[in-house]
Order: sequence, then structure tokens, then C-alpha cells
Amino acid sequence: MARKISFKQAINEALDLEMRRDPTVILLGEDIVGGAGGKGEEDAWGGVLGVTKGLHAKYPGRLLDTPLSESAYIGAAIGAACCGMRPVAELMFLDFMGVCFDQILNQAAKFNYMFGGKARTPVTIRAMVGAGFRAAAQHSQMLTPLFTHIPGLKVVCPSNAYDAKGLLIQSIRDNDPVIFCEHKNLYGHEVDVPAEAYALPFGEANIVRDGRDVTIVTYGLMVHRAVEAAAVLAKQGIEAEVIDLRTLSPIDWDTVIESVETTGRLVVVDEAHPRCSLATDVAAYVAQHAFGALKAAPQMVTAPHTPVPFSPVLEDLYLPTADVIATAVSRITAREKLVA
Amino acid sequence: MSNNPFPLEKPDLLKAYRTMRTIREFEERLHIEFARGDIPGFVHLYAGEEACAAGVMMHLTDIDRIASTHRGHGHCIAKGVDVHEMMAEIYGKATGACRGKGGSMHIADLSKGMMGANGILGAGAPLICGAGLAAKFRGDGGVGVTFFGDGASNQGTVLESMNLAAIWKLPVLFVVENNGYAEATSVNYATAIDSFIDRATGFGLPAMAVDGTDFFAVYEAAGELIRRAREGGGPALLECRMVRFFGHFEGDAQTYKAKGENDFNRANRDCLNLFAERVLEVGIVSTEEIEAIDRELLLLIEASVTAAKAAPLPAPRDLTADVYVSY
Amino acid sequence: MDMRIKPIVMPKWGLSMSEGRVTGWLKKAGDRIAVGDEIVEVETDKIAGVVEAGDAGLLRRAIGEEDIVYPVKALIGVIADEDVSDTDIDAFIAAYVTPAGDEEEGEAKGPGYEFVETDAGTIRYARRGDGGETVILVHGFGGDLDNWLFNIDAIAEKATVHALDLPGHGQSTKTVGNASVDGLAGVLLGFMAKLGIDRAHLVGHSMGSAVSMAAALAAPDKVASLTLIAPAGLGPEINADYLEGFVAAQSRRELKPVVEQLFADPALASRQMLDDLLKYKRIDGVEEALRAIMAAFLESERQRRILSPQIAAANLPILLIWGEEDRIIPAAHARALDGRATAEIIEGAGHMVQMEKASRVNDRILAHVADRVATPA
Repeated sequence: MARKISFKQAINEALDLEMRRDPTVILLGEDIVGGAGGKGEEDAWGGVLGVTKGLHAKYPGRLLDTPLSESAYIGAAIGAACCGMRPVAELMFLDFMGVCFDQILNQAAKFNYMFGGKARTPVTIRAMVGAGFRAAAQHSQMLTPLFTHIPGLKVVCPSNAYDAKGLLIQSIRDNDPVIFCEHKNLYGHEVDVPAEAYALPFGEANIVRDGRDVTIVTYGLMVHRAVEAAAVLAKQGIEAEVIDLRTLSPIDWDTVIESVETTGRLVVVDEAHPRCSLATDVAAYVAQHAFGALKAAPQMVTAPHTPVPFSPVLEDLYLPTADVIATAVSRITAREKLVA
Repeated sequence: MSNNPFPLEKPDLLKAYRTMRTIREFEERLHIEFARGDIPGFVHLYAGEEACAAGVMMHLTDIDRIASTHRGHGHCIAKGVDVHEMMAEIYGKATGACRGKGGSMHIADLSKGMMGANGILGAGAPLICGAGLAAKFRGDGGVGVTFFGDGASNQGTVLESMNLAAIWKLPVLFVVENNGYAEATSVNYATAIDSFIDRATGFGLPAMAVDGTDFFAVYEAAGELIRRAREGGGPALLECRMVRFFGHFEGDAQTYKAKGENDFNRANRDCLNLFAERVLEVGIVSTEEIEAIDRELLLLIEASVTAAKAAPLPAPRDLTADVYVSY
Repeated sequence: MDMRIKPIVMPKWGLSMSEGRVTGWLKKAGDRIAVGDEIVEVETDKIAGVVEAGDAGLLRRAIGEEDIVYPVKALIGVIADEDVSDTDIDAFIAAYVTPAGDEEEGEAKGPGYEFVETDAGTIRYARRGDGGETVILVHGFGGDLDNWLFNIDAIAEKATVHALDLPGHGQSTKTVGNASVDGLAGVLLGFMAKLGIDRAHLVGHSMGSAVSMAAALAAPDKVASLTLIAPAGLGPEINADYLEGFVAAQSRRELKPVVEQLFADPALASRQMLDDLLKYKRIDGVEEALRAIMAAFLESERQRRILSPQIAAANLPILLIWGEEDRIIPAAHARALDGRATAEIIEGAGHMVQMEKASRVNDRILAHVADRVATPA
């Protein structure tokens, strides 16, 4: 049965269902139980934002609070994955990748290729991403392009609770290492989600909204801003098709190209920085593979090439808004309207 | 046998000798072949350090995992990886242990519990914690052993891993292969302590330091620490003080070593000679038996080189194969 | 309100519909309208459909503008006879108030779907109306109670309607015990018993028809009448490729050509419909359930359970409805009940005739049920 639950609950539910289904699924992370070894409550936190709350009671011994040693426990999760477990490690903030990157970049991502196709590393690394949380430069980045650049990694960034649950279940069942990015500003967002387990395949974009005039390609929080922009544009007679990539590696090029072949216009919205990002990637791919269909230059809407600022007034400027997206669309739809 | 002063029976003594001799023959031959220019890239040779790999691995079976280093040939051989597949891998051939995709620094055979040689120093330590964790969940009594050098012992990953293993009481052994040099830098420069036992103590780990050229010393210390880990006693550290006969990599002029250092080590600290002298002295093993093993392994390594040279190269399609299990 | 003036309102097709977009008028102001005429095309996020006339008269006003979204029950057109003045029409339009949105209504009525624990596991169902007769709607293979989106409310105006999800389907249990037609008929009878329904008119679609027939044979006293829509169980032929394709499809691209076969107009297989089907198919256990049902249902790519000889002999009124362009089960199977059932072969409709020609199907069902009330069997 389906009911409305939040993104955060969906993550919890996916972990719950997979832990119930598969005894090799274990969870590792900092304070994912919370309160270990202290004199107070044992299950004090359930993760800094309470995502894993309640699982410790259901699966005693299978949630491992770690010391603040990201290299050690991310590496241990990867090592355990090589030895028949399906660990889900929580890195808290993806920004912390800096201290444990080797284990992902040089170990997990490489094993299957480097060992001649004989390795299996079914590890999932969950981490919060994204700005808008007043968390400043080291807790707010959208670092997805760092991971899409690395062969051997799968990269997931869902925009809603339904996708989050199905994609996390797929991540856990998948035999490759997965970087699972959770936008912290979506944790409270609710949609209908079936109570049962279900796996959403990787590499299948979701067309959130149909439209004939322009294709907006995006993922994560920006999906919502793009949909907002599309509603504004619809009032001006511009119908935008909004594509939520959902997974960034693999990426659903077919859906993007098919859409651009219909609309002739592309706007890519990426919360990451402008250089070497999903925005540049999609724009370049479309330019190469659907150049003939394009009626205007592809547009990129991204965060600026700056760290994430703290002061709310600056952070609000940092994140692309629906207005900025709508303006980018108008730039490439205006000329034809004049001709018409 | 009443006149056997060793902790192993004769078949195991011969097995230990065979393991060490295989490694030595393999590495000496690579030294020659590399100089001929037939081997792509670069190789790091384990010659001189064989007693450590053999002494530890004598206590392990296929359910036990090891994580190795850039200098991994010895660990691979001692853990049971096929010598032909290893040689073919080093030649970059399709018949290699990793189908020619890994090379000398990335030989692995997960079916043998060999989780890979590793080009990143200290990277095996967290991985072996994972192996220990998995063994603990499975409850199969498996242990994990990670090898790292005196150089890599200064990596944060190693230190973090010792702490993690300690607090989770993982069935893990940290083996410091202290050959005195981190690449070209002396351990005396890079480390402010006299013994790595001090490092272990800082994390609450029991530790032992042994002469790594003495197979029996390694064997007995490793045996005690591995048994302890297997029985749930938690992790430990073993420092093996040993010598590296060759350079950091092949082609290294080794000018950072003292004049005559290699000659002295070969003459006085060769673990194979030391082992043979002791078992021959007691008479438990005969010279003929030792020589027979030597001849047999000479032929094995010769055959592996011949086969590797003749083996097919990877196909162009292999370039893009196996990046993912499924994509 | 002026009773001479009949409003055409934005319809409500199913629980989740709160608004719809007018996509085109098929009649223009001044056209004469008969009951059942297709008047205006409407699209929701789930499906595109046609609003059919519920009243006869002249189309006096086509209010709904193309490409504009209106809330459910908003006034989009007016039908009245010639003798009603324009002034009266304008006054009617000015005074028309769109009834409150169904979100509040939904809250007041509680959840739209209900769940009941049966011997076969949890069964989801929807219940509408409170008429004297009870009608139970039984969907087909791979379907669910939303297959009756365009029917349930119309039938509920004159009867108490239950629509259920069979095991392995919709939001019912994904564990299917006895996966045969007779096994599913047992689940249907168990469902009736659990809800205290002594006797019902069974309306089955496709495989749901076979299930309904099997239930009628197993418990004749429980079944007041049968309505068989594009039924399975009347002959061996069936498009087995469709069944296999439906089960095997893993993506929108694979599913689309399969689902298009269900309709005379393939455009009705909307992206939203495909997405909803994929959401269902991706739930753990669904593929296994569908495979189990398919394996029990087919034998060498033909239907295993042919019920027509037995059902023809049973003492029970039968209505048969088929889309002429059915590409799943041939409409020619209707001949198996020649002289035994009232048969309605509807042109311009495929296998999902109850969606494609909803008004006609609804009218026939209501008439069929009403006849039974007038002259009990």
C-alpha cells in the first residue's frame, strides 16, 4: 500500500526493508545509532538528522557507530563488501569525502576492472549533499561531478521520497559501488510511496513534466525549482519538459536526446559549480549528438564558481532559483516568439 | 619426530621452504627479465623478505583474507595465487590473474583470500578491517592480515585502522614489514620511534617485533597473534625487521644504501639460507631434498616466463570491459 | 438552479484526479447532443479521455477553453433546449459555483481505499455508493481497481460498488497462493464473505471475467449476474505475447508497445499510465506473482480454463461487452455464449473497452443490474 512519507522516512524504510531481507546488509557511520559507550540513551540520535533512527532496535548489532575516522570505516565498508557483505556506509556530509577519497577513488572504484572482472564491491555510500541549509562551505557542496568523473562508481541523486526509496534499494542490491547523494533540503519533502520494497533501475530518467518548447535537464533539489520555473513559463505560453536524471552514472542519454529532438532547446540546471559538471556534460553531449535538432545554444544554469557562502542572503544568491531558470529558458525561446 | 626442535613437522618445513624459494626464484627471474625490457611498467621485488610472507601465511587458509602492498608478489605466492597467472599478469597478458588489467601492483585472487596488491600505501589497512568485520558477522573464524611497510606505517589510514580494529575487536593482524627504507628514505628519518610496538601500544594493541629474516621467529609470533585473533581476542601488530635485496623498484640505483649493504645482507641475512642451514643442521631435511625443490622451482618459473611471453595479449574490447559488474 | 439547464462539468476520473485540461471540443455550440455523444476531450496527468453527454439537448455554450486546466466539477459547458433563453443561460453560468474540491471531501470521508485481511492476505478495495444492489468489479491480468476509473463512480450512482485488487496486483498482497482462475475465484468469494456481501453482481474484465465465472460456478447463490468485459475463459485463443511482454518489460521503452495493444487508440497509453504500471511492476514479488498467475492461466500459449460450456448451462443472467478491436482476446469468442448472453460489441474500442467507451459500458452495466432488480432471477 502507498502512503505519503518524507524523503528521510523513505531512506529509513529502504534500509529497514533491505536489512530485513538480507542479513549481509550492515550499516556503518558516525552516530548512526548515537550514544554508544555513554551513560545516556543508547539509540540517542539515529544519525545527525535521525535518518537511521529506530533501526538499531530492530537489527541489534548490525548498525555500527564508528569513530571519526572516515578513511577507516569507509575503507572497512569497502573491504567488507569484497568479503560478501553489503554494507551501507553513511558519510554524513559528502564534503567529508576529502578525508577518505582514496578508498573510493583508488580502491572501490577500481577493483572490478583492475582485478580483471573478478571482484564484487557491493557497497553503498550515503551522504548528504547540497546548499540551502546555512551550513557554509564545508557542509553544503554538490560534489556529484567528482564522482561521475570516476569510472567504476555509480552516482545517484534522487529528487523525491519515491525515487529515494527505490534507488536506495537498488543501490544496496547492486554489485557495484554506489555514491548515494541525499539533498538535505529534501528530507522533509513528502510524496506517495508504496510500503513494499521496490527497486528502481539505474539509468532511467524521469520525465517530471511534458513540454514541447524546451527541455530542462536537472536532478536533486533543482528538479523542484525547474518545475516551479515551468509553471511560471506555462503562463507565458512556454511549455517546458522537465527531465529528472535521477542517476548521474549511469545517465539516461536516450531520454535527454529524444526530448531535445522534440523541443529543439536545452537548459541544464545543476547545483554544482559550472566547470566540468553535469551541466557541461549534458550540454556537450547534446551538442555533439543532437546538434541538428537544436534551435538555440544550450544554456547552463549552475551555482557560481565560488565556495558556498554562509550568510543567508549570499547563500540564497548562490543557489539557482526558479526565476533564474525561467530567465534562461526565456533567453532561448524569446527569439522565435518574435519571429512568430 | 623426537629429534625435531622446530614447531613444524617435516612436510610443513618443506612447504615453507618451497614457498620462500618460489618467491625468491620468481623475483630473481623478474629482475633479469625486467632488465631485458620485456616487462611493461615497473616492478617492486620482495627478494630478501620471503620469511615474513611464508611465516605468516603458514597460519592462514582460503577463508582468511590478506591485503598486500605494492611489493606484493611474495604475499600472492604465499597465499596460493597461481604462479603462471601472476607471471602472465606481470607481462600484461590476457591469461594473467587480472586478465592483464592490473599488472604487478594489482595482482589479486579473491578466491584465495588475496584481496590485492595495492599501489596506494596504507590502503590495505581499512580494507582488512572490513574483511575482519565480515568474518565476525559470518562467524567462520576467519582472520584478516594486512601487510604494510615501515613507510606506509605513517599513513593516517593505517593509524585510523588500528584504532577501528581495536575498538571493534576485529580478528585482524597488522604486519609491519620494516625493511629499513620507505622508497629511498630511511626508517630512522621518517619515524621517531625505535619500534613499531610503540605505535600499537598507543592504540591498545598487543604487539611483537621479530627478526623478519628468521622464518621460525615470524612463524611463532604470527601463530600466537593469529590464534588470538581467531579466538576472538582482537587485533594485534607484528613488526618484522628485514632486508630488501633489491631497490625500491627495478632500476633503482640504491645509492641511498651503505656501500656493501646488499652484499652483506645477501651473505649474512638471507632468510632462505638461514632456514636451510638450520633444518639441514638438525638433519630433518636433506641437501638432496632442498636441491630437488630448487631444481623443480627453477623449471616452474622458467615455464611460467615462457608461457607468459607466448600468451595472448588482451583484445581491444577488453579496454572497456569490467568497469562495472553491470551498467 | 434552473432544472432546464444541464451543466457539463470537468469529470472526476478516479480518486486522485483534482483537475483536468480541456484539450479539444468535438461538438460546437449549437450542435444537437444525444445522451452518450462525445462532447469534449479532457486530459489528466493519468489519462486522456472524452466527456460524454449525460443529457440530451443543444450545446448552448462551450465554456472550457483549450489547453486550460479546470478543477473537477468546474463548469465547462452548458446543454439546454432551444426554448431556454440566452439570458437564463448566462444567469445559470454566473450563478454556478464549483463544488468544494475533493481534498476536503476526501478528508471528511477518510481514505479512498480500504484494506481487508482475508485468508489470502491483505486485499485493497474501493467502495462507492450505497445503492441496494452490490456490484463487484474484478480487473484483469496486471490490472488493478483503477482500471475502473471511468466506471466506478457512474455505477455507484445506482448501486453499492466494490472494486478490488486481486492478489499479486495493485496494492493487495503480492503473495499469490493458488494462482489459477479457480484459486482467484476463491479469493473473490473469501473477500465477499469477509465484507459480509451475500450476493453481488460480478463485473469482470479479461481474466477478471474468468475469475467471476469461476466464482459463479463455485457459489451460484452468491452471484446475482455476470458482466463479462473482453472476457477470458470463453475460448483458447489469447495474445500470449502480450502477457509475456507485459511481465518481461523492465522499462518505459519496453512496456509502451506492449500496453498500446490494449487500446484501439494507442495514444491512450500515456506516459503517466506507463509510469504507474512500472511502479507496480517494480514492487518486490510482483513479477513472481504475475509469472505464477500466467503459468496457471496458460497452457502452450493458450487459455487453460474454458468456462463457457458450464456458464452457458448455469441459471444466471449474463451481459457480454467486447471492444471490436480487441487485440488481446478475440471478440469472436463472444459466439461461445450466443443466445445465452446479451452481447454488445463496441466499435472503436480495444481490450480496455471500459476505459475507451466508458459511458456506453456504464449504461449497459447499469441497465443489466437494474433488470435483475426488476425481475429477480
